[in-house]
Amino acid sequence: MNGIERHTIAVLVDNEPGILARVVGLFSGRGYNIESLTVAEVDRVGHLSRISLVTSGTRMVIEQIKAQLDRLVPVHKVHDLTDEGPFVEREMALIKVAGRGESRIESLRLADIFRARVIDSTNESFVFEMTGSSDKLNAFIALMEPLGLVEVSRTGVVAISRGPGRF
Amino acid sequence: MPAEAMSGAEIVLKALVDQGVEVIFGYPGGAVLPIYDALFKQNALRHILVRHEQGAVHAAEGYARSTGRVGTVLVTSGPGATNAVTGLTDALMDSVPVVCLTGQVPTHLIGNDAFQEADTTGITRPCTKHNYLVRDVRDLARVLHEAFYVAKSGRPGPVVVDLPKDVLFASGSYSPPSAGQHKSYRPQLDPDPDKIAEAAALIGSAKRPLFYGGGGLVNSGAEACARFTELVRGLDIPCTLTLMGLGALPASDPHFLGMVGMHGTYEANMAMHDCDLLIAVGSRFDDRVTGRLNAFSPHSKKIHFDIDPSSINKNVHVDLAVVGDAGVALAKLGDALRAAERPLDGGAREEWWRRIDEWRRRDCLRYDKSRRDVIKPQYAIERLYAACRERDAYITTEVGQHQMWAAQFFKFEKPYHWMTSGGLGTMGYGLPAAVGVQVAHPEALVIDIAGEASILMNIQELSTVAQYRLPVKVFILNNQYMGMVRQWQELLHGGRYSESYTAALPDFVKLADAFGAFGRRVSDPADLDAAIGEMLAAPRAAIVDVAVDPTENCFPMIPSGAAHNEMLLGPQDEAKKPVSEEGMVLV
Repeated sequence: MNGIERHTIAVLVDNEPGILARVVGLFSGRGYNIESLTVAEVDRVGHLSRISLVTSGTRMVIEQIKAQLDRLVPVHKVHDLTDEGPFVEREMALIKVAGRGESRIESLRLADIFRARVIDSTNESFVFEMTGSSDKLNAFIALMEPLGLVEVSRTGVVAISRGPGRF
Repeated sequence: MPAEAMSGAEIVLKALVDQGVEVIFGYPGGAVLPIYDALFKQNALRHILVRHEQGAVHAAEGYARSTGRVGTVLVTSGPGATNAVTGLTDALMDSVPVVCLTGQVPTHLIGNDAFQEADTTGITRPCTKHNYLVRDVRDLARVLHEAFYVAKSGRPGPVVVDLPKDVLFASGSYSPPSAGQHKSYRPQLDPDPDKIAEAAALIGSAKRPLFYGGGGLVNSGAEACARFTELVRGLDIPCTLTLMGLGALPASDPHFLGMVGMHGTYEANMAMHDCDLLIAVGSRFDDRVTGRLNAFSPHSKKIHFDIDPSSINKNVHVDLAVVGDAGVALAKLGDALRAAERPLDGGAREEWWRRIDEWRRRDCLRYDKSRRDVIKPQYAIERLYAACRERDAYITTEVGQHQMWAAQFFKFEKPYHWMTSGGLGTMGYGLPAAVGVQVAHPEALVIDIAGEASILMNIQELSTVAQYRLPVKVFILNNQYMGMVRQWQELLHGGRYSESYTAALPDFVKLADAFGAFGRRVSDPADLDAAIGEMLAAPRAAIVDVAVDPTENCFPMIPSGAAHNEMLLGPQDEAKKPVSEEGMVLV
């Protein structure tokens, strides 16, 4: 009952001004965690956006979060992907690494192993693009640290259920 | 045929009329001048000019809570909107349906720090059920109809519609309310039949059941309260009510144990602690009710009927949740219980009532009646109640000791007659709320039971009272202290009464006179009944300033951080049961 659980939740909302503030304000106002949150329009005709968020808390808190989200007026659906069955989640990161010589070659070699793509290159830097689970991104970024990691930009997690079913 | 072109301001008023609005509580200003101009040219809507926008929202709350309808507010941009924030938060906490129209600077100036500009939708987002900024006159009618739907559907609450001035001047066409479903907001009203069956089974097998009803019953309506009363009586189950639920079951009913919670009765709190089945209906396990959570009703299974899924398992884990409208759910529960025809455990029930009667014999609301030289505040409320029990009185209160004494000693037989600020605890609520109640019920007896500190927080509304000749009665329990603050300082802070004494109180009799009201001060218990009689007989507004014992504390009391079975029953208990360190940090 009191263990901390990590949940990935998808929320379908009207794409209207202020909707993100409503969701974020709900989390800050009630003291819930947001590990990551991403949002973009997914239905241009119906003007619907999909928010993917990763949060953590006790079971009671997770249930509260879902109930509180669901009672926001512009929220159409709330799905707890973690509870509802198999799903896939991905995150993308852009990772800038600067250096010369051996460390530069090593970063490129590791990028190859992790299937990161080089999307910008100078004589003394790379920008890698990498998609995968958050854990995989964390692992790669940790490896880049001693090799000249400069900065990281991450999208946060997007997620979808497995199989033919829809939301 | 295209609809006739109207101005945005005219569309606003037409939408209000079509939503059944008869009264608006408001205060004009630059951004809402077009609406005030349109108001000037019509007769369908009555406008009540308050003296402060906070008062407008509380008045609309009083109107809503005494009628079951949506209260409507109209204020200007900037300070008009920010002044309304306390009222909106109050309405949110107590689930009162209010639609508040706020003026806004023209759309092209939004974000420019224009004169009297405030980010109203930003500021009110956490203190409303929902809010809207209307940027296009084509959306105006639809948004207004939606605002009323959202305010009154499901768990009611306040809705703000922010109206830029250019939208009010723009020409558009009106659309009437549509019968269609809202695209996303559809609260569940019908409970799951399986859950009803489970609830019936739990009730059938309980030995020590207890009903715990709240404001959700009143919000569901008079019919829901009648069904609730029928169930309580039919099942012969004891019942307690929250502060917001008073009146949902007649106080004179022998099943009623009195209010629950921090200043609830001994029998209600002990029953909550010892019951084996707690049936919550439209109540939300608020911290004033539960006391220390890990000792809350430790032996019971819990059923929670609520229209708001987010109220379930928020503070207290329940065994069975039934989401839906209280009236619908209680009707279905009644059917299920009748169909089951399962005999209740008569022997166990008798034993349960025997225990409850023992607790009742403690007579927890007793107070020292030996002194003849000073009016005890409890006595003042008792005498007030005795004088108006046949008058179908509407009672509002401010916040503090007087509020708790009113809840304990005034007996409410019906819903919609008790208006108090429960969740937010807003001092200054009572007088403007009484304005709203009196506007809704012009012939009725409306009394604001007040403290001398609270009443000063919205005292300017006496001017509203005077303007509309509202015969509102203000009954002040004057102990010269912010009584509840003083009580906590006595209990928790070594009697260091830091800033809780008001050294320069006005002469309330002269104050009444200044606003054209009847005024009288009373300090001798022998004169109390006469003063109450004069107040009730006055055909106009009246203030009775009752000088009460300044040292009296409000008991019984569950100190913060304590459990229901650790109540303080009177001053003699204070020394014996000091407040725990964990309790100190709680509010």
